[in-house]
Amino acid sequence: MSLWKQKRIVSRAVGLAALALSAAVGTSASAEEAKTQYFPLATFRVGAYASSGIPVWAGEIDYFRYINEVEGGINGIKLVWDECETNWEVEKGVECYERVKAGKNGSPVPIFLPHGDPISKALTEKSVADKIPLVTIAYGRTEAIDGRVFPYSFPVVFSFWSEASSAVNFIAEKAGGKDKLKGLKIATVYHDSPYGKETQVPLAHLAKTYGFEDIQIPVPHPGNEQSAQWAKIRQLKPDWVFLRGWGVMTPVAIKTAAKVGFPVDHIIGGIWSGSEEDVRPAGAVGKGYLAITPFPAGANFEIHQKLKKYILDKGLSDLKDPKSFGSVYYNSGVDEAIIAVEAIRTAQAHFGVRPINGEEAQWGLEHLDLSEKRLAEIGATGLQQPLKLSAKDHEGGGAGKVLQWDGEKWNVVSNGWVKSDRDLLLPLIYERAAAYAREKGITPRDATN
Amino acid sequence: MSFFIETLVGGLLAGVMYSLVAIGFVLVFKASGVFNFAQGSMVLCAALTFVTLRDKGIDFWLAALITLAVMVLIAIAVERVVLRPLVNRPQITLFMATLGVSFVIEGLAQIVMGASVHELDLGIVDTPIEIGGVQVSQFDLIAAGTAGILVVALSIFFNKTRVGIALRAIADDPQAALSIGIRLQTLWQIVWGVAGFVSLVAGLLWGARQGVQFALTLVVLKALPVLIIGGFTSITGAIVGGLIVGAGDSLAEIYLGSLLGGSVSTWFSYVLAVAFLLIRPAGLFGEAPIERI
Repeated sequence: MSLWKQKRIVSRAVGLAALALSAAVGTSASAEEAKTQYFPLATFRVGAYASSGIPVWAGEIDYFRYINEVEGGINGIKLVWDECETNWEVEKGVECYERVKAGKNGSPVPIFLPHGDPISKALTEKSVADKIPLVTIAYGRTEAIDGRVFPYSFPVVFSFWSEASSAVNFIAEKAGGKDKLKGLKIATVYHDSPYGKETQVPLAHLAKTYGFEDIQIPVPHPGNEQSAQWAKIRQLKPDWVFLRGWGVMTPVAIKTAAKVGFPVDHIIGGIWSGSEEDVRPAGAVGKGYLAITPFPAGANFEIHQKLKKYILDKGLSDLKDPKSFGSVYYNSGVDEAIIAVEAIRTAQAHFGVRPINGEEAQWGLEHLDLSEKRLAEIGATGLQQPLKLSAKDHEGGGAGKVLQWDGEKWNVVSNGWVKSDRDLLLPLIYERAAAYAREKGITPRDATN
Repeated sequence: MSFFIETLVGGLLAGVMYSLVAIGFVLVFKASGVFNFAQGSMVLCAALTFVTLRDKGIDFWLAALITLAVMVLIAIAVERVVLRPLVNRPQITLFMATLGVSFVIEGLAQIVMGASVHELDLGIVDTPIEIGGVQVSQFDLIAAGTAGILVVALSIFFNKTRVGIALRAIADDPQAALSIGIRLQTLWQIVWGVAGFVSLVAGLLWGARQGVQFALTLVVLKALPVLIIGGFTSITGAIVGGLIVGAGDSLAEIYLGSLLGGSVSTWFSYVLAVAFLLIRPAGLFGEAPIERI
């Protein structure tokens, strides 16, 4: 054998050995990784809505880090996550979902958080096929509350219908009882989109039930000019305005309301019109503005003290602007992370302590019971409402707190959580879900399982 | 009747705000025949720079001066890096280049200054005053006054100064203008700089109204029908177009929207624009191109 041939054989053998070694190392690394729980995060850190999103991921990531750093993971299973930029655009959101749905390094995707109402709607059917639950806190398809028809969609905590009903109940509270709603005029100024129109049916139903006048005024996207809409408000003289905006629409609405002389303390912003980012640009005229939210602002909750001590003070926080610690959006991220972690914990209790896949997480979500006691253990009393989900109820909570802007910060002005009339609205929701099932040829699941 | 007048006046004043953005487009188009897609991004960039400086405690006027300097630097950079290499290329190429410039400005502005929403307080009271039984916004009146001053100043600039006359010469016949020694590059830098100044004014007024945030770039959506109606080459046309769009949108929203059961102002101004295109393709004040056959 020539020297050249010998060299070639030796070099091939070395190459093969290196390949085998790297494969072995890779396998062991991936086995190691599989002991972690993967959470893909669909984020929008750039684009028109980045300012709303950035504090959300901070709250979420800070809580995940807290679970890893302080609690050593969920029963020892550490959380890993990566981000996928959606720009809040449907096509990018769907692409992101497709990219991450197979999991990472052997760790499955237990829950996908679409972070966008249109994205969540686009993924409804895909999530069923892939058996990955979509958790859409305070957004998404309302009829997905009926888990018999929508097994993998979870509009957890506070649907848009509950939002509308709680706002009406707060007005009733202010007026001195539900009987005092009769004869009142409540105008809804809404973003002219499927999201904005989502509360029309429940408000019409509530108006019929309680006898108030339901006025609907659309604002075209993006809502940076609303003089005509508020001239109409001035003409119709409603007692209250329910503002369902998104993005720039909210500060412009508050400013235009002031411009036509409508009292800002009689405007109740919806969930996505109730953050610091919504009201700060309105400046001084925003003082007194109200908003209903499932994410009460504040940094005095027990969990915040823990996050401050173990994450923020150690420089581990994802938060770039410390002013946002305890903001509505930051707290929404914390809430979302708490629900995701607790669903995994519930699933682990049933399926075993290991990374949980989508199908198991769906079981975990449908058996999630965030009682007052459990919330107190987490340190989230007052931040998160008690929540009990089931196959027939993917919402669970249905209450919000009313905040008032004092020019600097939000203060809670409602008497605790303002409950919605879920008993009144659920039959309508189930009817809509049944209609969807008929349209799509879906046989509803048996809710007793 | 007073409601109708109030809606009309509100619409007219809103239209002036659109005109402010449209003027920026007109300036660049008038001097170079380029439809500057980056105008909305320039409005965002100017407002974001100004508010970032103000947040750092810099005095109002100094912040305005620094912002203007930044806008002039952007103008020089755009001319040097993008426009100069594309001289004599088809108009569509230049248009696509400004599309790219738009994304670069938006992206860089967000990277450098962040994506947070900022409040911008210009110290203008935004409470209504009553004139003849009609409520009018003080802020809108000041915005209209600013637009008026801007139109007069730009008209003097274009008609009475050497630079302005040279810009008009370039717009009329670039080859002839170059042959008599007019420096195209310098004038493009000047006109983009002036467009930057207009962006600053528009950015401040729009930013004060809605907060300084990414959505400022979307105000250009309403500037397009304004330009189609008023004409791409006339500053007066931008004002008149703005008034027509503002009033038309407001009245349509109130009287047509309730009939159709939805908001109409997103598309109504474009219906108006198409109608004007059919009747007067160059717009009310635009110059119809005359070509030798």
